[in-house]
Amino acid sequence: MEYSIVTHNLSKKFGSFTAVDKINLNIRPGDICAFLGPNGAGKTTAIRMLCGILKPSAGSGSVLGYDLLRNPEKIKENLGYMSQKFSLYYDLTVRENLNFYAGIYSLASKRRHQKIEEMINLADLAGREDQLVANLSQGFKQRLALSCAIISDPQVIFLDEPTSGVSPAARRSFFNIIQELANQGKTIIISTHFMDEAERCGQIAFFNQGQLLALDHPAQLKKHAVPGKLYRIEVEDPIRLLNKLRHWPGIKEVSLHGRSLHILLEEDRLAILKKYLGTEPKVIEPTLEDVFMALAKRKEGERYESNYLGN
Amino acid sequence: MSRIISVIKKEYLQLRRDRLTLILIFMLPLVQLLLFGYAIQTEVKHIPTVVFDQSLSSESRDILSSFSASGYFDVMYSANSYQQVTRYIDKGRAQVGIIIPPDFSRKLAQNESAPLQVIVDASDNMVANQAIAIANSIGLIKSQQILLQKQPGTSLPLDVRVRPWYNPDGITAYYMVPAILGVIVTMTMVIITAMAIVRERERGTLEQLIVTPLKNYELMLGKIIPYIVLGYLQISVALLVGSLVFKVPIRGNILELYLLTLFFITASLGLGLTISNIAKTQMQAMQMAFFVMLPSILLSGFMFPRQAMPDVIYYISYIVPLTYYLDIIRGIVLKGIGFSYLVGQVSALLIFSLLMLGISTTKFKKKLD
Repeated sequence: MEYSIVTHNLSKKFGSFTAVDKINLNIRPGDICAFLGPNGAGKTTAIRMLCGILKPSAGSGSVLGYDLLRNPEKIKENLGYMSQKFSLYYDLTVRENLNFYAGIYSLASKRRHQKIEEMINLADLAGREDQLVANLSQGFKQRLALSCAIISDPQVIFLDEPTSGVSPAARRSFFNIIQELANQGKTIIISTHFMDEAERCGQIAFFNQGQLLALDHPAQLKKHAVPGKLYRIEVEDPIRLLNKLRHWPGIKEVSLHGRSLHILLEEDRLAILKKYLGTEPKVIEPTLEDVFMALAKRKEGERYESNYLGN
Repeated sequence: MSRIISVIKKEYLQLRRDRLTLILIFMLPLVQLLLFGYAIQTEVKHIPTVVFDQSLSSESRDILSSFSASGYFDVMYSANSYQQVTRYIDKGRAQVGIIIPPDFSRKLAQNESAPLQVIVDASDNMVANQAIAIANSIGLIKSQQILLQKQPGTSLPLDVRVRPWYNPDGITAYYMVPAILGVIVTMTMVIITAMAIVRERERGTLEQLIVTPLKNYELMLGKIIPYIVLGYLQISVALLVGSLVFKVPIRGNILELYLLTLFFITASLGLGLTISNIAKTQMQAMQMAFFVMLPSILLSGFMFPRQAMPDVIYYISYIVPLTYYLDIIRGIVLKGIGFSYLVGQVSALLIFSLLMLGISTTKFKKKLD
């Protein structure tokens, strides 16, 4: 099986609102794919459809070869899902939570004990097995929620904004676990709006207004998604300059970053800018934010063309 | 099977940690039984009574002592005028006034009908009905006695002999305790299960369960079974208190009672689960539970006889599970009857349970939209 997750024009409408609009995904086993985009971009809806808990309105898809529409129960047996709410029972202990999910996935008694121990170690919860979940810190809750979700050793793992409200240190250790799982050949989908988190993923799927803007490796996206070259200049009064440069021909994008400006320039316009500024702007690598802005803008343009110019 | 057991175990653990709920579950039958059993007497005795005796004869004293000897009337005040009687009743210090006219003994002696006025404060229905009935029968009995005294050797043409079966002494507790037991069980079961699903929905754990291979019916059964056990514990506590404290005789087969109770518990749990599947928040579930429980307690014949209800209401009371259970528990406990007499009631509960469980299993979709 080359791809573990495949979708073809997968869509979801709620009434007249299109939450997910014809997305096409191809994700390989061992990949960590970040669903990146603002709130309401369709990330969660897409994940829920892939989990088989939300029925697609149109299009098709399969997870591990099981069809989303025909075999959702089969998919459920092979996936781990963790929501942003950390769906744990706060009035149960760590071990009781794990035990419950182990039972729900019908793990045999011997494997169950072995798996629970493994999960306790994975989540770094040794010594806290008998604590009530309510008394754990956010970071521990997050890792426990992950442990509960993957106790059945699923091949596909969906993580819906798993890192909100968690300290940076906990976020890092959480990501290390994710990386380890991917190295074991599992497919991992993680939705987030932290750009730095997405940076660590092998694949990034950019979502905006229900559409999939791009799906590629972060480095590839940075290389190809941004049209033109990105420069940084440091000046005394960046805001004044920003307002001036905004309407220059040849400048596609200019944005303020602290005391400096990022300028996206068409290839052959550097000379004019250099002359105007009197200094040499530094070439910089675009951030994922730049990529996102460029992609969203391009999509906006296409939509404008198809709506008004009849393309 | 392992999935159902896991849900049961989880519910049990959660319940065990929820001390307050547990205490309530066991205190409820105790407190309710003691309260209802002791405080509620549908038979009203010791009604405060004011007397205006203008005759002051041995005959008037005789009739007054009959009134007080009945135990229903406590002669607490003696008035000197009609106005004074009115005042006592207006103020609520007396609920019954007995007025004996000055010519009472003279009329009796002359074989005339001697009038005797009994005023009843009918603003309290229950007290008034009782007082009126007792006053009338005291009048009749006294008249008979006087007639027989005057014409020795004759006997009364009719001799009606009433024999109250099952509860010959008319002890209210016998009638109330089994009924309260039913009310307590259904109340606890409906409220607890009404919370069961909606709590998980509110806390977000339901979202997690939906993506697991757990089936609908497995979740429903896993949620119900621990509470069936709880319902039985509650019933046992209540029966124990009923027979130890109130000396309620259990005339029928207690095993049969336990067996048939299963249908009632399941019906109540099914109702609770249905509420839980409809409600969006725990608050809504709570309100819906009360919305359903209050009328069903009133309609069941728990306190007010169903025979007295208007036709429409009477038929509505047939959809209330408690109605059937009252027949079952009063039947087994007081009458000593068995299953063969209760087939209708049991089938009604069974149909109700299946309907409710069916609705909640289908209503609960494992999809989110």
